[in-house]
Amino acid sequence: MSYVAIKGGGCAIAGAAAVTEYLRTEQGLAGGAGGPLQIEAILHQLRHLVDRVVSEGGVYHPQFAALAIKQSLGDTLEAAFALRAWRSTRPRLTATPPLDTSRMRLIRRISSAFKEIPGGQMLGPTQDYALRLLRLELMDESPEAFRAMARTWLESCPEARLPDTFPKVLDALRMEGLLPPITATLGETPFDITREPLIFPVARSAALATMSRAETGSLLAIAYSNMRGYGDVHPTVAELRVGYLPVLLPHPVTGELTEAGEVLMTECEVVAMFEPAVAGGKPVFTIGYGACFGHNEVKAISMAILDRALQKGMQDGPANPSEDPEFVLLHVDGVDSMGFASHYKMPHYVTFQSDLDRLRTTQQKSGDLA
Amino acid sequence: MNAMNHTTTAYNFGFLDEYAKKEVRRAILKAIAIPGYQVPYASREMPMGRGFGTGGLQLTLSLIGPDEVVKIIDQGSDDSVNAVNLRQFIEMTCPGISTTTRTTECTLIQSRHRIPERPLTATQIIILQVPYPDPLVVVEPSEDKRKTMHGEADYSRLLVKLYEDIVKFDEITISHRYPTRINGHYVIDPSPIPRWDVPKLHDSAALILFGAGREKKIYAVPPHTKAEPLAFSDVPFRVEDFRDAAGQRRACARCGSKDSFLDEFVSDSGSKTYQCSDSDWCDGQLLRAAQAQGEPA
Repeated sequence: MSYVAIKGGGCAIAGAAAVTEYLRTEQGLAGGAGGPLQIEAILHQLRHLVDRVVSEGGVYHPQFAALAIKQSLGDTLEAAFALRAWRSTRPRLTATPPLDTSRMRLIRRISSAFKEIPGGQMLGPTQDYALRLLRLELMDESPEAFRAMARTWLESCPEARLPDTFPKVLDALRMEGLLPPITATLGETPFDITREPLIFPVARSAALATMSRAETGSLLAIAYSNMRGYGDVHPTVAELRVGYLPVLLPHPVTGELTEAGEVLMTECEVVAMFEPAVAGGKPVFTIGYGACFGHNEVKAISMAILDRALQKGMQDGPANPSEDPEFVLLHVDGVDSMGFASHYKMPHYVTFQSDLDRLRTTQQKSGDLA
Repeated sequence: MNAMNHTTTAYNFGFLDEYAKKEVRRAILKAIAIPGYQVPYASREMPMGRGFGTGGLQLTLSLIGPDEVVKIIDQGSDDSVNAVNLRQFIEMTCPGISTTTRTTECTLIQSRHRIPERPLTATQIIILQVPYPDPLVVVEPSEDKRKTMHGEADYSRLLVKLYEDIVKFDEITISHRYPTRINGHYVIDPSPIPRWDVPKLHDSAALILFGAGREKKIYAVPPHTKAEPLAFSDVPFRVEDFRDAAGQRRACARCGSKDSFLDEFVSDSGSKTYQCSDSDWCDGQLLRAAQAQGEPA
């Protein structure tokens, strides 16, 4: 018998990489229309995939997100992972002041709490009311049809002047005294999960940051457990908005806040069941907040529900998994969870040898007794 | 964008940025100052899977200098796929360093699941990759509560678990990750090393570091520190038993060593052979035997 483990690891890895690359490029041999996937095509035609990867990757870099999607053959967990690993190598140079989301350049904004809201409801790009019928005509589209479609839409688009800001639905409720007053002091430093470990109990800002870059499916699953009955948040979406948020940074010379760019974001604010009055006050609604990079409404809603659930859990003690900060925050990160699930594929010869030793010894002993 | 077109040149020496390395080194210093205490740190994402040694890798990359001689092993082997992968990554991101398979030559060892058979020296550091940093996780899922238990050195529930094992199986069934008390206070999970390697933690000449990337913890067994596996006075701690049915100690089928941890191989015909898990040890034994016989190495 040959000595198994000592040679060949390096060749095996190179071979695995080569065959994966072959699968990515084999279409090149067939000729015809199938060429390399262009980054621009991913950015535009698979935009929700890019949105998901920038959000879970925790860095707003749509081009690199598209690249990550391309090199991971469309695996979102892998793509977010590659982006996150790249982000690891970047120093943190500065922090923005809190950005005012009422300044968002909106593409969509709805409230399920009121029929009419100040500034108006704006459906924008959504598939919410699309019939989920397969559009077979997309099986074979021509670039000409593409261009014609885009041109027709632009030409039929009414000239509209949208205001720079839209008021927040929550502000109106707060003015009426239906919400708790804002207590957080401005200038309080938010917890940076990329530079500090989570040590429980954690600040709400740490919980929000963790959920904001969480894996969408993981967040949804835990939020759904709360919606179904392992919890009682019963949320109403006060406002869901999607748009481009201007990012302000102090000017390097003057120190004046200057717009450095913008990021596409989804923000969701839910209003939940009210709490009994604290001493000297009236009962008010409770709120939950969710926000993430990109256009990802399911994630923002899930996060808002979990924010509320966690606040309740921190106040009264967790009554179910979705209210337990450790349970939620330590199990929603895609990079962590997929990495650990994958690691079981690695060799465990030594530990299994040790397991065998224990089982055989135990079996022997029970044999002796019999 | 242009700088990013070349994967290898776009990154800092040691992959991580200097701020990140400094933070890891601060955590290491704290871990050495409080033997066995799990120091939380902001673990960075590495370009390999969580669970593949990202914690150990961050320690290695934070400690590595241009003159370093590094040895990477997985399951005792320098050529296991994961070891090869980690070594290639370190070679790519740390230009100028040397790598070796020889335990005697290296200054820094990153290992998964094994401590080399050859005793390490005061000029060496070994970094172990850790999946589960906390030995109390088997009895208490909440990290917050575990932290208090560690602070109070309250390991009663762990001892009860060992006792229940004896009642149920007449044996302590923990095979690897054997809970070990460091310097008389903190009990650590020594990473999934077999029980065979646990005595090597005690009074080690080399600094032993543990890195848990996914769980974001660093801890240490400093040189010449007491390390005692949990046991009872009437049920002593025992390492893996490599005796055959006749009570004879099995030898490595390749080098003949009778004092190393053995891997078991099952052939197609169902017969079993045993070989050293530590590949460098095995090679060393062969070399010594050849030299003793006066043959050219």
